[in-house]
Amino acid sequence: MTTLTLSRALNEGLRKALEANPKALIMGEDVGKLGGVFRVTDGLQKDFGEARVIDTPLAESGIIGTAIGLALRGYRPICEIQFDGFIFPAFDQIVSQLAKMRYRSRGSVKLPVTIRVPFGGGIGAVEHHSESPEALFAHTPGLRVVACGDPADAYAMIQQAARSDDPVLFFEPKRRYWDKAEVDIDGGLAAALPMDTARVLADGTDVTLLCYGPMVRTCAEAAVAAASDGRSIEVIDLRSLAPLDTETIFASVRKTGRCVVVHEAVVAGGLGSEIAAQVTQECFYNLEAPVLRVGAYTTPYPPSRLEEYYLPDLDRVLDAVDRSFSY
Amino acid sequence: MAVKDAGRAARPDKRATADRAPAREPERRADSAELIQLLTPEGERVEHPDYPLEVSAAEVKALYRDLVIVRRIDFEAIALQRQGELGIWASLLGQEAAQVGSGRALGPRDMAFPTYREHGVAWCRGLDPVKLLELFRGVSHGGWDPTEHNFHLYTIVIGSQTLHATGYAMGVQRDGAVGEDGEAVIAYFGDGATSQGDVNEAFIWASVNNAPVVFFCQNNQWAISEPLERQSRTPLFLRAKGFGFPGVRVDGNDVLACLAVTRKAMQAAREGQGPTLIEAFTYRMGAHTTTDDPTRYRLSAELESWKLKDPIERVKQYLIRTQQAEMSFFDEVEAEAAAVGSRVRAACQQMPDPEPLTMFDYVMTSETAQLAAERDGFAAYLDSFAGEDAVTAQEAR
Repeated sequence: MTTLTLSRALNEGLRKALEANPKALIMGEDVGKLGGVFRVTDGLQKDFGEARVIDTPLAESGIIGTAIGLALRGYRPICEIQFDGFIFPAFDQIVSQLAKMRYRSRGSVKLPVTIRVPFGGGIGAVEHHSESPEALFAHTPGLRVVACGDPADAYAMIQQAARSDDPVLFFEPKRRYWDKAEVDIDGGLAAALPMDTARVLADGTDVTLLCYGPMVRTCAEAAVAAASDGRSIEVIDLRSLAPLDTETIFASVRKTGRCVVVHEAVVAGGLGSEIAAQVTQECFYNLEAPVLRVGAYTTPYPPSRLEEYYLPDLDRVLDAVDRSFSY
Repeated sequence: MAVKDAGRAARPDKRATADRAPAREPERRADSAELIQLLTPEGERVEHPDYPLEVSAAEVKALYRDLVIVRRIDFEAIALQRQGELGIWASLLGQEAAQVGSGRALGPRDMAFPTYREHGVAWCRGLDPVKLLELFRGVSHGGWDPTEHNFHLYTIVIGSQTLHATGYAMGVQRDGAVGEDGEAVIAYFGDGATSQGDVNEAFIWASVNNAPVVFFCQNNQWAISEPLERQSRTPLFLRAKGFGFPGVRVDGNDVLACLAVTRKAMQAAREGQGPTLIEAFTYRMGAHTTTDDPTRYRLSAELESWKLKDPIERVKQYLIRTQQAEMSFFDEVEAEAAAVGSRVRAACQQMPDPEPLTMFDYVMTSETAQLAAERDGFAAYLDSFAGEDAVTAQEAR
């Protein structure tokens, strides 16, 4: 086991992906010499060359559009969108082309394109650098959408994404890039949990707390805090947002009878809304309380001096847990 | 011989009003641009120093056959739409030479990325026209395998495919397939698409990567109802210079010139000389699609003037003038085109609707549990009507 930051774990995972398949490519803005603004691709261009780690022109639609072309030629591009808020120039290529081309071709083509997106707030950034657009992609058939929450998952899941024959939106919790944990970089991927399954982080009996990405640590801390109040919280890292691992979700809620979904994204129309609807439908007779959602208000992301009020934190999560016991 | 295009004289901007600053005099597009032409509208063969072309009688006759057949397919498709057999059709009428000339310039290993109007290119690549009708009938979104004829799927969002073509060309480079015996890629798009960000991004990507891709713009003068003046203040082919690669304007109604110009650009790309922008100066003689009404936005006189430059008639005149074809040849081609038309018509009329459950197919490489559950639920729902159908059928008797 090696102690790695989440950023470094991604770097090691990407290195493994490039080693594993000569058709794998990395492309994006500043991913080469600079190693990415978060250093996730640090040193890869030096070791794999400019033909495989490509510094692209500064145009996101171009990154995804040309990645599609490269995939049609047999390559497996791993694209970096530098920040969440810059994905929208590429939205058309992702939603209208990447997600639909396999369907359009009735299975003749496959598009193994991974799109890495640092997402979420909490780093004191200017506008457009703190967003959580994952629901827009989870709503789009034809895409797999995942989010890693810790270094070990970052390391394994980026390799699984790179191996996927379907397009993958890979969301990275940018404020957790410097969190450290033990990662087994010598072991193979065989033991890793499949990318489309959720992980039960902490067993509990009173309430199910569903989270992903940057909220995984927040919710794990909430479970510890709640335990001192005598509440047993089951924390589940969803990991896959499309498809959802509903089997794991439903099993937990049937056991606990309460469910709180936590994400940084706006609550209205977010992943939590879909999960709440599905849990209500499938676990109706097990529920002691309505499914509650914790997330952002229906405002654009505020100036960073306000973000501590805007982002869900330990207290907001515990407040929702308390409310779920008030029914 | 280099000739000047006199087809569209520059005109002052009549739209300048008080609330809109008078625009600069548009560059005199028609007079400033050299139009590469090898066959005049009258069917006279002319030479161009940069584009020597040796074509045998058999080759010209083959091109003529292509032109007539693709026009016939287009004609049948319009009729099928009028009869309710197709939902919509995007006619290529008037653009046959641009498509056949460029399409026949491609080698078997070259890859083409079309819009939704490249029926003539599809024909040259060997794709069964019935596959095109599937799309416009609503039976599929295309559904052909792009690798079978090296002809990518039709792309409906304007300009998106230029980036796909450029990325594909970057793949060709990485495969080491650039060189004398190399491969190249051609991206088709129209004048309207030149306003899209994706097309401009594709120009940049192709340029800085020196990618083996040819950008073939059919300037048919109209983006649905908007004339070229609403897209560009500079001749389209000149834009290439700003991106750092050559641009040429070819008479898009001259199949020989389109063939020669595309061949040269594709060979340059194959050999590692990077991209070329070809502006094929042509005219959309029909409506944008069968749902469009061009009489609302353009004068019939304009169409009449372009009819004099018809892409097919000039080849026929050339073949007759030079006695390279007997009259019986033209009758044979007509008969063959009619046969293709009949076959396409019959195939369209007999095309069954897809089975409802096929809408769940091919979303991803492996089906998610959610989708499987939705498919099963929908199948059960459909089955719940099985009895009712029997009752309805009984009542009908």
